[in-house]
Amino acid sequence: MSTSAVNPKKRTGPVIFSEYNSGDGIKKAFSLKREDILFELKESKLKGRGGAGFPTSSKWMLTAAASSDKKFLICNADEGEPGTFKDRVLLQEYPELVFDGMVIGGYTIGAKYGIVYLRGEYEYIYESLQFYLQSMRKRNFLGNNILGSNFSFDIKIHLGAGAYVCGEETALIESLEGERGEPRNRPPYPVNTGYMGYPTVVNNVETLAAVPHIVCKSGKWFKKFGTDKSTGSKLFSVSGDCNKPGVYELPWGITIRELLNIVEAENTKAVQVGGASGICIPKSGFDRKLGYEDAATGGSVIVFNEKRNMLQVLKNFMEFFVEESCGQCTPCRIGNVKLLEGVEKIEKGNYTFSYINTLKELGNTMKVASKCGLGQSSPNSFISILENFKDEIFKSNGANNDRVG
Amino acid sequence: MLTLEKNSLSEEIEELVSLYGENRGSLLEILGAIEKKYGYISEFAQQEVARLLNIHPVEVYSFISFFSFLHSKPQGRNMVRMCKTIACNMKGADNISAVIEKELGIKFGETTKNRRVTLEYTNCLGMCDCAPAMLVNGKIYTNLDVEKAIKIINELK
Repeated sequence: MSTSAVNPKKRTGPVIFSEYNSGDGIKKAFSLKREDILFELKESKLKGRGGAGFPTSSKWMLTAAASSDKKFLICNADEGEPGTFKDRVLLQEYPELVFDGMVIGGYTIGAKYGIVYLRGEYEYIYESLQFYLQSMRKRNFLGNNILGSNFSFDIKIHLGAGAYVCGEETALIESLEGERGEPRNRPPYPVNTGYMGYPTVVNNVETLAAVPHIVCKSGKWFKKFGTDKSTGSKLFSVSGDCNKPGVYELPWGITIRELLNIVEAENTKAVQVGGASGICIPKSGFDRKLGYEDAATGGSVIVFNEKRNMLQVLKNFMEFFVEESCGQCTPCRIGNVKLLEGVEKIEKGNYTFSYINTLKELGNTMKVASKCGLGQSSPNSFISILENFKDEIFKSNGANNDRVG
Repeated sequence: MLTLEKNSLSEEIEELVSLYGENRGSLLEILGAIEKKYGYISEFAQQEVARLLNIHPVEVYSFISFFSFLHSKPQGRNMVRMCKTIACNMKGADNISAVIEKELGIKFGETTKNRRVTLEYTNCLGMCDCAPAMLVNGKIYTNLDVEKAIKIINELK
């Protein structure tokens, strides 16, 4: 596998993987006023690609409007959601999009410093990214007085150290400040009080990679793709039981069935959309559309065929959350342990239906009572898998329940 | 630890602190650098970092204990991290893990007696399209099968 930063340009797609020359977005941005860039971004209706779907233009406008002598732009490359690997592909094959997006972001909001928070697991990409940043500095796309303007901006890469919760923006900031990666109460939001207390924009890698295209080709062009509420395209990371796993750039609004055809999945029983914190969709839901308005996802699509044991799939997800919960708030710390216990009891056939219902209620409580997205979304797969596959899970009553397939 | 070793470690940490900045915000980078070189952050190193950043040593320890890639106890010379999340699991990661355990005679979470290898499970490595995957000393190996995995493990020095 190549870790080279040289772009092989083999991929094709409507937006992100469409043609782009390194630096074009920066040059175009410098010919525009900051308000014009914000206008194009608003026009594009670009939403955060990490999964939460907050309008990017709002984040940028709030930070641009904040008065402060220092501001920061952070690229969230702590891609940890199970089944997601699109940011890895972007950083390895399209660093110019991500970094140009950061420079444009810095210019627009008035930040001088950009930070890439690269997950520790991706350490092997670190050197090639540094190499690429160096080449940008040589071409004066980074550093002091970029392209002869009075705007200076530089990017630093921070390596994470293996914590899923640090993908949550305030936990990420905490860890950058030398604290345990425990999410903060919000508000205040990072756009006001972020890194070191300064106004900070935290954007997903893919969100930033869309920015140079929008600046070069307009917000109107961007929203030609996708649906009204989910404009543009999405990088889907497809894995599991299919012949062609990988990263696909497709317009939002594509149905699960269409996606399954593209990746050549056969005998599909279920699709996990949105990773472990997403929902599990059975066959009857394959005509659902991928998008913020229907089946939302940060890109993770995991395919399960008829042979898979959904209870074991659920167990794998719950073990994940028990390990990755930061332990700060009770609903998430204890709740996930209780849900995993429930799965283990079902596995042994040692349960009552009133107990299962209590666990589902607990799941719904966690969704409202947890402090951050981790505990708010970890019950999703528990509830959706037990609901959608109750025949399979409860009829087997303990028998053959011990393998994924 | 010998006084000489302590002195040279102190000097190293002082250099790291001046490189990354004498403030708490450098903690992740400083500790990451120590972990990378020594495989763990000793009690003495923790105290030195705390002294130079003007924070309590327990805060450094707390920070280390939070992150799965930072250790406060010595690890093996080679760190093997096997992905156990769903996509790798579906492609037979558990079987490969079992064979690796048998080959090395240790369980995941343990270090071989000669300190050659530490085995750790890790969550999603972001290699789901070429599962199963493992990280060995930060380097990624994908599309593993039993034969390939054992060859990689046995070639570790």
